[in-house]
Amino acid sequence: MATSAIIFYTIAGVMIIFSLLAVTSRRILRAAVYLLFALAGTAALYFMIDYQFLAAVQLIVYAGGIVVLIIFSILLTTHINEKLEKPAPGKVFITAVLTLGGFVLTVYTLSQHNFIVSDLPQTEATVSHIGEKLLGYGEGGYVLPFEVISILLLAAMIGAIVIAKRKASDS
Amino acid sequence: MMEHVPISHVLIVTSAMFFIGAYGFLTRRNLVTMLIGVELMLNAVNINFVIFDRYLFPNQIEGHFFALFIIAIAAAEAAVAIAIFINLYRNIRSINVEEVDKMKY
Repeated sequence: MATSAIIFYTIAGVMIIFSLLAVTSRRILRAAVYLLFALAGTAALYFMIDYQFLAAVQLIVYAGGIVVLIIFSILLTTHINEKLEKPAPGKVFITAVLTLGGFVLTVYTLSQHNFIVSDLPQTEATVSHIGEKLLGYGEGGYVLPFEVISILLLAAMIGAIVIAKRKASDS
Repeated sequence: MMEHVPISHVLIVTSAMFFIGAYGFLTRRNLVTMLIGVELMLNAVNINFVIFDRYLFPNQIEGHFFALFIIAIAAAEAAVAIAIFINLYRNIRSINVEEVDKMKY
């Protein structure tokens, strides 16, 4: 087996195991840390396929931003030693059957479809290329979604502040 | 670097991750852990975009940009969701889904 294949299957195993732990762990802070490992595994996958910029964004925004945000909200809303109650066995069974059925259906569909893997040389995803595409308004430029995203982030920022701030009378 | 890995294996891994996220979203009763399930699902879809881009259309990097925009939207969504959780906890001292039906009124 080639080295890259071994690396890939290791990363894939780490991602699956930590995803499973993240949704089944009864200690909520540990669930967040397991999520961090699953997201870091994703970043490793992006590094493997030579998307360094995307891997860096994944690490900064997901691992550095969202996970820290989740950990903060856990610390603000639950006691550190609190264990989550076990979900009802019946519910676990039905959900497991449903999701497993969905997974099997997806894998079956994937196995039926013949993907035509292209052997064209791969474009370098350098930062200058990404920047030109993101701000390009010609063909294949992404300036409109870029601007829409900036409006969305502004709206989310204002919304988060307005929702989470205390009313003036409370303090 | 991925010549030795067939695309279907990567897609099986991402679909497993997606359905694990869906399982977590459906079984958990705590809003923060439900958000963790949603993040897993978003992340799995993100990998799919990038992998399709890399394997099927390596001469363009469109999937890369889709992944970038999804990451930005996921960050905005997490920020707003956590603001709502904190406000909810301040009002009803709980972030259990069964007790948040007060949000209706």
